[in-house]
Amino acid sequence: MSILMTTMTVVLCLAMIGAAFVAINGKSLPIAILAAGLVSLVASVLFLILAAPDVAMTEAAIGSGLTTFLFFFVLGRVRGGEQSGDEND
Amino acid sequence: MIKRFVALVLLAAIGAMFLTLLAGYEPDTELNLTARYYADHTAEDIGAANIVTAIVVTYRGLDTLGEVTVLFLASTIVGLVLALGRKQEKNQRALLPAGELLTTGTRFLAPLIMLLGVYVFVNGHLTPGGGFQGGAIIASGALLLLLADPLKHFSHGLISTVESFAGIFYVVIGLLGLFLAGGFLDNRFLPTGALGALFSAGAIPLIYSLIGLKVGAELSSMLANLAETEEL
Repeated sequence: MSILMTTMTVVLCLAMIGAAFVAINGKSLPIAILAAGLVSLVASVLFLILAAPDVAMTEAAIGSGLTTFLFFFVLGRVRGGEQSGDEND
Repeated sequence: MIKRFVALVLLAAIGAMFLTLLAGYEPDTELNLTARYYADHTAEDIGAANIVTAIVVTYRGLDTLGEVTVLFLASTIVGLVLALGRKQEKNQRALLPAGELLTTGTRFLAPLIMLLGVYVFVNGHLTPGGGFQGGAIIASGALLLLLADPLKHFSHGLISTVESFAGIFYVVIGLLGLFLAGGFLDNRFLPTGALGALFSAGAIPLIYSLIGLKVGAELSSMLANLAETEEL
């Protein structure tokens, strides 16, 4: 692996850890969901670097695509149209 | 306090475990025995240019059948659970209409996304990707349609028909392999053709298309069930 690829891999790994940290400790739920999707997206790029394009496609389509939108979908459903009082935490 | 301490100890133990793994890691200089067999024999035996597909669909085809069954069960249970909580009267609260950008973008993108999904599973034996990936891409196209128009109703009859027929034909093709070729899910009862051509690798394109349709239908039906449930 060339020095460029190694640097890129390390940067991507750090970005992944940072995104995972934001997903767990973030204050707002939508940002946490987006960060979790970002973790999957970076993971799929890492799979591509590790020469596993099939796994990368699955991770990108399901991990960062479908799951992220599914979370948003459920988030919208759970909050509902009417404002309830317990949203100020 | 005790809880936090236990969690920290557990984390440290797992970290130490992975550290020893990492310290003892040496990249292999050559393929191991099983991988070497697949790399050497796939092209002439199976006729698929993508070795991963040959393993997933033929060498380990039974596992794939199991995975598809698990996905089917998951989608059935999601439908069952959501159907219990579904209210009878529809549209009791008006949803906000989707934005102009989303609706216009969907009209342009949804057919392209579906087409990409079909391309991915039809070319599963040549390029990276295959039934699961293509099915997931088709489902994300369906998701885009649902986002643009939350009141859209997918035909559940059509989805379940596609799903059931894909499942039945998958097993039938597996049985055909058992009777006409070497074993269950053997792809060689159809000619394997030239390596790298679209119509090659025997029954693999057929099987992967069925898997793609099945996975796409299952994931889409999950999303449609979620969308049609008023309150969770």
